[in-house]
Amino acid sequence: MVFRQRGRPDVRAVDGVGFSVAPGETVGLVGESGCGKSVTSLAVMGLLPRRGVRVEGSVSFDGTELLSLPPDKLRTLRGRELAVVFQDPMTSLNPVVPVGTQVTEVLVRHRGLNEGEARKEAGDLLRRVGIPDPSRRLREYPHQLSGGMRQRALIATALACRPRLLIADEPTTALDVTIQAQILELLKTLVAESGTALILITHDLGVVAGMCDTVHVMYAGRIVERASRHDLFGAPRHPYTGGLLASVPRLDQPRGTRLEPIAGSPRDTIPWDRGCAFAPRCPNRVEECTSATPELLGGHHGLRCFNPLRSGPVREVTPR
Amino acid sequence: MLRFVVRRLTLLVPILLGLSILLFLWVRALPGGPAEALLGERATPEAVARVKRLYGLDRPWYEQYLTWVGNVFQGDLGVSSRTQHPVVEELLRTFPATVELALTAMIFAVGVGVPLGYLAARRHGTWVDHLSVAGSLFGITIPVFFLGYMLKFVFAEKLGILPTDGRQDPLIDAEHPTGFYVLDGLVTGNPEAAWDAVTHLILPAIALGTIPLAIVVRITRASVLDVLHEDYVRTAEAKGLRPGTIRGRHVLRNALLPVVTVVGLQVGLLLGGAVLTETVFAFPGFGKFVADSIAARDYAVLQGFILFTAVIFVLVNLLVDVTYGLVDPRVRAA
Repeated sequence: MVFRQRGRPDVRAVDGVGFSVAPGETVGLVGESGCGKSVTSLAVMGLLPRRGVRVEGSVSFDGTELLSLPPDKLRTLRGRELAVVFQDPMTSLNPVVPVGTQVTEVLVRHRGLNEGEARKEAGDLLRRVGIPDPSRRLREYPHQLSGGMRQRALIATALACRPRLLIADEPTTALDVTIQAQILELLKTLVAESGTALILITHDLGVVAGMCDTVHVMYAGRIVERASRHDLFGAPRHPYTGGLLASVPRLDQPRGTRLEPIAGSPRDTIPWDRGCAFAPRCPNRVEECTSATPELLGGHHGLRCFNPLRSGPVREVTPR
Repeated sequence: MLRFVVRRLTLLVPILLGLSILLFLWVRALPGGPAEALLGERATPEAVARVKRLYGLDRPWYEQYLTWVGNVFQGDLGVSSRTQHPVVEELLRTFPATVELALTAMIFAVGVGVPLGYLAARRHGTWVDHLSVAGSLFGITIPVFFLGYMLKFVFAEKLGILPTDGRQDPLIDAEHPTGFYVLDGLVTGNPEAAWDAVTHLILPAIALGTIPLAIVVRITRASVLDVLHEDYVRTAEAKGLRPGTIRGRHVLRNALLPVVTVVGLQVGLLLGGAVLTETVFAFPGFGKFVADSIAARDYAVLQGFILFTAVIFVLVNLLVDVTYGLVDPRVRAA
């Protein structure tokens, strides 16, 4: 995925990110801010602006190539087969349109329901995601709903047409901790009930531990480690993954124990051309790391590293 | 909502009281007076004094003011010293003309401006965008009287497809029960007269509407650009909605909020009369009448008309606020 801006060199924001999701499976994309998680999800949905961005490669949905699909065809898939829940429920709902209309419009568009049927269905949907008194809520405007309520409404909208793929882009980041747990529980239940494939994008390892079957760890636009949840938390191989796990605060350590942050911060440019992008921050750096670019190798536990951790610090992360 | 409207209307009382006093003093502070203006330069002091006594202008100003306010409460705005007609009558004659012109101008400005501004925003950075921005800059800078004469020259003189001036062809036999000529033509079953009135409105409306048009284009463009980057528009895209639904329900509905405010202010301004446009097109409206009355120091007309303008301005602003509440639920709650 290449971002281009006139007068500046192209920026290869995301490169070589490949993964697949099976029905009923939950796949996590993990990484710090700016590593390309959200952009990846937008590319899958075809929601990146057409000008200034070039997406190469392939997004295959049930055998259909999405990248070459004409816009109007893609529109009939989006919202019906592919759905997304965005990060910030405060800004993701239209402030001047009643919540009800924002739920029903998907049903009217994709399932051909009339207003009355759609309203009834929308009421059921809101009830399913745990919104009390749905018929009143449908008439209200977003500013009359709490953050958690709005995120529930957005989830209800995303699930309205029983999509086969749901992308949840940091669905709980903007919410209180107690609400976070409820929302995640809700997602988990709904996915389990409907057999929807879920791509969960997060920077929160607790969320990953509680939800995901497989996890892809991204750094600077590339996947650096790929493993099942069990393997990743049990034996992280990439120093970046190790660092992420080590920096999670824990309750079973004595008070006053310092967190172990990863030194440094990610660079602005995407420096995979010459060496590993993580090398400047990496405790395991060897000479090779700054001269050659590592490839993603290995089968079900993939790794992009010349000098991985031998036996990672086995740590437990409290699942959310 | 009702309480809000009532509160705003109550607020009108002190505004009008204060304004009427200022107005009364301001009109009298103009050099000269109606007597001098009526009698001309070579009038004898005795003649001037006689006319002054006739209009009660020889009494102290607060006495004159109280008499006037008393009459205003009875719906009597006095008699014009220039035309000798009652001010109310002059108001009813000229104001419909101005309303008709102002509304046509705003229909032109909004009807052309909103789509153009939307298009410019959608094609941000392309030649369509640059052209509309440059065009609206041109629209704001061009003097109204110049544009008016150019329009007249091209469409009335050279092409001869539109009338040059006035509100109605004098050869057409038309009745005017309401004073709104287009409406008059329709209610009296005289479509020819109505159409004739429309053709008389086109050129002055374009001349008058060009500045509002330019403003509407720029506001709409900026506002749509903002809204297009909002998360909820991305949500709407993610739902796979039809482009028309996204445009109407999610983009324009939000983007037009600032446009409503600007349009309201502009309508208020235009209803105060458009002296230049009305002069160029010999359009017998409010603005030209006021301008002529200033020259004649026609106290009664000035007081009555300006007070009336203030009422209209407040009412239009109230209407804007009410509209705002209808479009934006967050305002309604506050």
